[in-house]
Amino acid sequence: MSGDGELRTILGDQVNRLLSDRVGKENLETAEAGAPQAQLWQAMEENGLPRVLVPEDRGGVGGGWAEAEVVIRAAGKYLAPVPLVESILAGWLLSSAGLDMPMGPLSIAPVRADEALTIDKDASGYRVSGEATRVPWGRSVEHLAVFGRCDGEPYVALLAPNAWTVELEDRNIAAEPRDSLRFHGHAVAAAPLPTSMDPDGLLAFGAMARAAQIAGALEMALEQSVQYANDRSQFGTPIGKFQAVQQELARMAGEVAAAGAAVEAACRAADRLGSGAGFELATAKIRASEAASIVAGIAHQTHGAMGFTYEHTLHFATRRLWSWRAEFGSESYWAEALGRSLAAHGGDALWSYLVERA
Amino acid sequence: MHSFRFEPADLPPEAEAVRADIRAFLDKNLAGYPAAMRARSWSGFDPDFSAKMGQAGFLGMTFPKQYGGHGKSAFERYVMLEEVLAAGAPVAAHWTTDRQSGPLILAFGTEEMKQRIIPRITKGEILFCIGMSEPDSGSDLASIRTRATRTDGGWLINGTKVWTTGAHLVDYMIGLFRSDPNAERKHDGLSQFLVDLRHTKGISIRPIKNLAGEEHFNECVFQDAFIPDENLIGVEGQGWSQVMAELAFERSGPERYMSSYQLIKELLIEVSKDTTPAGAIAVGRLVAHLATLRNMSISVAAKLQAGDDPALDGAVVKEVGTLFEQSVPLIAHQTLQREPSPDQGDDFGQTLAYVTQAAASFAIRGGTREIVRGIIARGLGLR
Repeated sequence: MSGDGELRTILGDQVNRLLSDRVGKENLETAEAGAPQAQLWQAMEENGLPRVLVPEDRGGVGGGWAEAEVVIRAAGKYLAPVPLVESILAGWLLSSAGLDMPMGPLSIAPVRADEALTIDKDASGYRVSGEATRVPWGRSVEHLAVFGRCDGEPYVALLAPNAWTVELEDRNIAAEPRDSLRFHGHAVAAAPLPTSMDPDGLLAFGAMARAAQIAGALEMALEQSVQYANDRSQFGTPIGKFQAVQQELARMAGEVAAAGAAVEAACRAADRLGSGAGFELATAKIRASEAASIVAGIAHQTHGAMGFTYEHTLHFATRRLWSWRAEFGSESYWAEALGRSLAAHGGDALWSYLVERA
Repeated sequence: MHSFRFEPADLPPEAEAVRADIRAFLDKNLAGYPAAMRARSWSGFDPDFSAKMGQAGFLGMTFPKQYGGHGKSAFERYVMLEEVLAAGAPVAAHWTTDRQSGPLILAFGTEEMKQRIIPRITKGEILFCIGMSEPDSGSDLASIRTRATRTDGGWLINGTKVWTTGAHLVDYMIGLFRSDPNAERKHDGLSQFLVDLRHTKGISIRPIKNLAGEEHFNECVFQDAFIPDENLIGVEGQGWSQVMAELAFERSGPERYMSSYQLIKELLIEVSKDTTPAGAIAVGRLVAHLATLRNMSISVAAKLQAGDDPALDGAVVKEVGTLFEQSVPLIAHQTLQREPSPDQGDDFGQTLAYVTQAAASFAIRGGTREIVRGIIARGLGLR
C-alpha cells in the first residue's frame, strides 16, 4: 500500500504544480463569496487526488498516509478552496469499510468528539438519524461519508443529500463552510467498520489531516514572510536585513520544521500501526496547532499594516491557521487525551513508551 | 531557501540492540541514585562513572578500532546518549571529550596525537574541556585575543579563557588561540592546540560559581604557558573552520532537548497521582514536543551517518529544542501548586528547583539563541 517513496515524490510534484497553477487570489476571493470552484475540483479529480487513499482495485491511487500527506499538505499550502481533504478522508473511511467512493466532492460527519449518529436497519436499508455540527462543506458536497452505531456496532455509511437537511449555514474564520446537518434518510450504502479499526480513534485521523493542512499553510506563511522581508525596505534597507526581523523569522522556521516533522512522523505511524498510531496522530495535531498560532503571529508582525488588509493574500493562510488549529480537536483537547493516557502508565514508564513507538 | 524538512528516519536494529546493553549498565551503576542528582542531566560530573562507561565500551563508540574505538555507527552512539540522558546519569565529565574533543582530534590531529590520545579517551582515562570564549569574546568568537606566539620547539600562550566548563577537573583543554595577529580577517590566524592542564606551567584556573551555587565553569589565565609543537591540532591558521566543524557536533544531539527530561518525568509522576485536566494537558503537550524533537534529532543523526552536512538542521533542532527545554520548568511551575525546594523537597520539588535555575543557561551554551537564529536566518536567505 505505502512506503513507495517514488509514488510520494511523483504525487508531490504533481499536486504542487497543479495547485500553485490553479489557486490564486481570484478563486480564493470568489470561494469566500460562496462561488463553487467546479473547475478546480475537476482538475483535482482528473488527477485522482481525492482518491489518494482508495485502493487501486477500487479506482483509486492506492497510496498510504505518506502519500496522502503530500497531497493534504499541498492543499493546505496553496489554500485550495475545495473539500479535497474531506474527500480524501471520506474515501479512506468508505474504502476501509469496503464501500465504493463516488465521484464529486465529499465530506465526513460527525467531526466533533461529543457528537454521534445512529444507524437503524429497516426493510429499505440503513437509515441514519441524528445531528452533526460544524460539518466541513456540508452545504456544498454531493455525498457524505458518516460514522455511526447500528445496534451498537460501528458502521460507515455513504449518504446523498436527500438524507440530510442543512439546519444552519455557518463558516470558520477562513469562510470555509462549517454547517449543522440533521440526518433523516437512508444510506446509499452502509457497512460495518472493520474490526482492525478503532471506532473511538477515527477523530484522530481527521486531526492528523488538519495538522498536515496546517503544516502546508505554515510553509506558505513562512515563504510569504521571507519574501516580504526581502522586498519591503525601511530605513533604506530591506527589513529582512534587520536582526530583529531575522530572529523572528528564524523562530518561525523552527516552528514550521517541527510541525512538518510531527506530521510526517504521524503519517508514517498511521501506515505502520493503523488505529494504533493514536499517540503520533495526537502529537501531530498538538504540535501543528501550537505552531499555527506562533507562525501566524510572526507572519503578521513581519508584514505590518499591509498584511492586515484584505487586499494582501497573507490572511488566506493565517485565517485558515486560526480555524484549523481548533478543528478536529484543539491542541489542548489532544494534549489532555494524551496526558491522561500517559498518566495511566506513570512517569517511570514514559521513556520506554517513547522509544518503543514507531 | 533551505527546505527545513526533517525526513523521518528509523534507528536501525543494531542501534536498538545497544539499548539493552546500556540500560543494564545504568541499572547496575545508578541503582539508588537520587532524583535530585539525576536532574543535573549532562551537568552531573563524576569521573569514576565516566571511567566505568569507558571500561564498558560506551565511550568512543564511533571511533575507529585502530585507536581503541569501537567502530560503531552514529545511530548506535545515539541510543547510548539518549539512554544516559533519560536515566539522568552523571555524564558531564566525559561529555565534551566524547562528543567533540575525540572527533576533532580524529579529524584534524596528527597520527602521533591520535595514537597518544584517542585510546585513553575511549577508556575514560582522560577528560577534556574546550577553551573558546574569552572575557571580551562570547558570541563574537572570532574576536578572541589570547595569543599563541612561536618560540623554540613550540608556542607560548598568553591571555584569558572564560566559561571553560570543567577546566578545574579535567586533564586537557583544546584551546583556540590567535597564532597570527597580523592576519587580514579576524577569522584567519586562529589555531587549535592541545593543552595539558595537569603538567603545563603558567596556567591558573579559577572556578566561577554559577547562580545555583555550583562550580562548573572557570576562568583560565595563561602566562607564558608553553605548548610543544606536536600539540598543534590540524593546520596552523585554520582554527576557525575546524571550530565550526566541531560546533556542528554540538547542536543536534539528544542533549538539545533532554536537559529538562527529569522534570517532565517527575511532573508526570505527580500528575499520575492526581490527574487534573490542567495536569494532563501539561504533560500531554510536553511529551508531544519531546517526541517530535526526538524524531527531528534522529533525522539529523541519519544525515550525519549518510555523510551529509546537517549544520543548518542542527541549528533548527537547537532553536526548537532549547525553547522546549526552557518551557518545562515554567509549565511545571504553572501546573502544580508547589514551591521549588532545593534541600528538603521531595523528588519533584528538588528537581524543579534545579531545572528552574539551570534552564537559564540552555539557550546560551553551545551558541546563544541569537547566534543560532542568525544561522537559520542565513538558511532562509535573509543574510
